[in-house]
Amino acid sequence: MPHFPKPEEGSWTEHYPGLGTGPVSYRDSYDPQHWQREIDSIFTKEWLNVGRVEQVPRVGSYFTKEFAWAKKSIIIVKDREGTVRAFHNVCRHRGNKLVWDDYPNEETSGVCRQFSCKYHAWRYDLDGSLAFVQQESEFFDLDKENLGLIPVACDVWEGFIFVNLDPTPSQTLAEALDPLTEGLAGYPYGEMTQRYSVRSEINANWKLYIDAFAEFYHAPVLHQRQAADAEARKLVGYGFEALHYELHSPHSMVSSWGGMAPPKDPAMVKPIENILRSGLFGPWDKPAEVNNNENLPPLVNPARHRAWGVDSFVMWPNFMILIWEPGWYLTYTYWPTGPGKHLFESSLYFVPPKTAGERLAQEFAFSTFKEYAFQDANTLEATQSMIESGVVDTFVLNDQEILCRHHHSVAQVQVKAGKRPASYPWTQSADQA
Amino acid sequence: MTTTIDFPDQFAELAPYSAWVLETWRERYELRLASTMDEMQSFYDATMPRLAEIIEHCNQFEVNDLPTPERNILLLTFGLCEASFPVEAWRQPRVPDSGAADLEMVYEPPL
Repeated sequence: MPHFPKPEEGSWTEHYPGLGTGPVSYRDSYDPQHWQREIDSIFTKEWLNVGRVEQVPRVGSYFTKEFAWAKKSIIIVKDREGTVRAFHNVCRHRGNKLVWDDYPNEETSGVCRQFSCKYHAWRYDLDGSLAFVQQESEFFDLDKENLGLIPVACDVWEGFIFVNLDPTPSQTLAEALDPLTEGLAGYPYGEMTQRYSVRSEINANWKLYIDAFAEFYHAPVLHQRQAADAEARKLVGYGFEALHYELHSPHSMVSSWGGMAPPKDPAMVKPIENILRSGLFGPWDKPAEVNNNENLPPLVNPARHRAWGVDSFVMWPNFMILIWEPGWYLTYTYWPTGPGKHLFESSLYFVPPKTAGERLAQEFAFSTFKEYAFQDANTLEATQSMIESGVVDTFVLNDQEILCRHHHSVAQVQVKAGKRPASYPWTQSADQA
Repeated sequence: MTTTIDFPDQFAELAPYSAWVLETWRERYELRLASTMDEMQSFYDATMPRLAEIIEHCNQFEVNDLPTPERNILLLTFGLCEASFPVEAWRQPRVPDSGAADLEMVYEPPL
């Protein structure tokens, strides 16, 4: 007997006919050829989040992103008009990497008036145009107009900066994110500028970590020893049921219950959480900026459930936003670095604390978050190694794992099509009729 | 060789735990991994009963411009955050089943 209502078809999964309910092959999570096809048909064609506008606060503020999986490096910079632009990090003279410090393969950030190449001092303006050539008269018929930095498609949605390696993207950023473009707009992301950012090399396929964060079936079990004893036993007894799932293929979301921030009974949480008024769901006292969640974007807490705790949005292909009921958000990004490994990045964003107590509550929320991430990361490596053993090729997914089924299916459909398809087997769009 | 860490007078008794006054999350986490359960239990037992009082005291000051003693005692409570998990939940410095998993802090807000 479910605690929360499911669609009339009897399950979330069957609400999307064509998604299927059978066992799923995980060959897509270790096969090197499939991985390369994902790079070619997904990662070099889709809009990819690289950060937020707060990371380029001033004219000339820049940072670099290393896309080792595409053998590319990207510069993101705020130009003199205040526009955020992206360029390939390649000097047009003889191909030196333009922006780097000490170690060419490490990301960097800073502020500058122009980009100057370390090799022969060619300089580029913030709009990418070639501004200065050392000993220009030594060159032959130099066409400086056409020797600017190679631009990368770049756009901003709600302060999130995206780039697209496709020189002529088939969709605008707004089209690619639809319906999340409107559905997640208006949350006070721009007020939540107190940031903690971490990264980790994970020995597991990029989709496996999305699996781990797109289902909470594992949470009461894997993370059992994180909770207060009595509460942990109760949680395992209940298991997990989401409040709501929605597929907006290729995107998807899960809405989960909360109720621990603050808890109904202080014994449900650990002693320090009662003093700091903070925990896994974040600081318990909402900042004024979220207006008591009265202006939530339309796709957040879609069931408008009183027990709402957190919504997780999987934004195709490799970006997630989690919006927490107590008034903060976090992001996950998964960069495929090989068939069996990826680079995981995560940032937590809070409204800047007004008191020492608020600062401490945020610090504790970060501290708690990372302990869960450690357990998830290590378990993924155990999963990856055994999937790769090939002993078992298909796996059974339950209704609370619908987002895992969906995400792998989207990836497989796109790999087969070579590009983002017009529709998916499980979407019932009128134009297919 | 130890340098004296300055705490507000009423919290001077916490001086034995001043090794936990560290600037970065990474340093706090590494001290946790290098500590015994007895050491962390002792730190926890001494600091937890004063925690609410420390917060109340520090809240009187501008959070972005804390005087050095208040900044030190607040950093001590950041250390307590790290030490609290083993003491309250796991009875071991590392979270169970986390193996060699690690995180690199790319950016943390300055205090």
